[in-house]
Amino acid sequence: MAKGVDKQITLESASAYFHNGMSLMVGGFGGVGAPPTLVNLILEKDINDIFLISNDTGFPWIGPGKLITEKRVKKLIASHIGSNPEAGKQMQDGSLEVEFFPQGTLAEKIRAGGMGLGGILVDVGLGTVVEANKEKVLVKNKEYMIEPALTADVAIVYAKKADRYGNLIYDKSARNTNPLVAMAGQITIAEVEEIVPIGSLNPEEIVTPGVFIDYIIQSKGVDWKWVWELKQGTGSQEGQPSK
Amino acid sequence: MGLGIETRHRIARRAALEITNGMIVNLGIGIPTLVADYIEKDLHIMLHTENGILGMGGSPEAGSEDGNLSNAGGYPVSIKPGASYFDSATAFGIIRKGLLDVTILGALEVSEKGDIANWIVPGKRVPGMGGAIDLAQKAKKVIILMNHTDKYGNPKIVKNCSLPLTVKEGADMIITEKAVFHCEDGKLYLREIMSPYTVEDVIQTTGASIVVDEQISVFQ
Repeated sequence: MAKGVDKQITLESASAYFHNGMSLMVGGFGGVGAPPTLVNLILEKDINDIFLISNDTGFPWIGPGKLITEKRVKKLIASHIGSNPEAGKQMQDGSLEVEFFPQGTLAEKIRAGGMGLGGILVDVGLGTVVEANKEKVLVKNKEYMIEPALTADVAIVYAKKADRYGNLIYDKSARNTNPLVAMAGQITIAEVEEIVPIGSLNPEEIVTPGVFIDYIIQSKGVDWKWVWELKQGTGSQEGQPSK
Repeated sequence: MGLGIETRHRIARRAALEITNGMIVNLGIGIPTLVADYIEKDLHIMLHTENGILGMGGSPEAGSEDGNLSNAGGYPVSIKPGASYFDSATAFGIIRKGLLDVTILGALEVSEKGDIANWIVPGKRVPGMGGAIDLAQKAKKVIILMNHTDKYGNPKIVKNCSLPLTVKEGADMIITEKAVFHCEDGKLYLREIMSPYTVEDVIQTTGASIVVDEQISVFQ
């Protein structure tokens, strides 16, 4: 293998890219497709005052929800926090600053960040509180809000398969925001279930080209119980993991 | 409080009649999710989810769930032949471009003009809008399924919404345990009631002006 194209690093090396006060984008939707090993690493390394950008805050014990529960996040951009009561509580008591965007608008702001655009024009939310304080523009006589693009110091994603160049393939609905988040980091670290040699992925099937990925780490797998697993048990309540 | 299981299923069964062959449909969480059980089996319908599936199927059998294959609420699903997976930008591009024929959503309040409020109770419940605004503003047809009144017995169908809006004049239909309304030209039309309720029941518990048709059908 040529020099400089093996992007796999150890967890210890990966931890050097996380710092207090960083803006952090996390892939996933309701915790599905969120990178469990990297989230745990951020917790273990005692990283604080995070500005988190994520579709949602998962559940209190799932995905980026853990960062909220452990009070590591001071500011949040998301579309939904309803499945994480801890996020709602911190928002109410003022310890967590939250800015909401319609889900499709947030996805597109992240995509624009990854695509080197300044922002997007969107009409979703005109006539609602969403349009408060938004800059607007008329294009072909139609009104749009200008939504600036989003990027982050560090982006972390989860993929099913990667080669050592960082070309990524995702898994079913765990793809969700990951390909967008992967493009929008100043540094992007992909957590991968299976790492294969360069040349063994079909170029037609690669979803995220490795050029967007700085580092890959081997995933240790999901270490949480999904809500539906808890519900099948002996009546444990929604929102409460049975330990 | 909430509706009984049987009533929730009857609302879902009525809503399913609005779904016809070839449609692209998005079902929200709660009663809307139940609609899938009542869509006629021989129709070719593609269910869309915000987390990136077109062609979603029903729940898998216990034991064969896949943590990486779920609906937007995080619960395991299956897929149908012809299904595709895509990222969230594409999932919402499908919505924004107007490719959804029907979205079925819950609501806190709906006004007689079809304004919908369904994502925030300021100071009390602030979960975020998720995909609700995208869906309510952009789907070709928006059907609201909800309780006719709130837990205190106050009407949820009102002259003007008191809660922040999800969309202005977005609803096309409202189905409650008592009646089916059509929102047309800024007015609310009552053409169908749900057994065993009467037109008088419906008028008394609705906080908006209703145009009552001469011919009222009854849904059992």
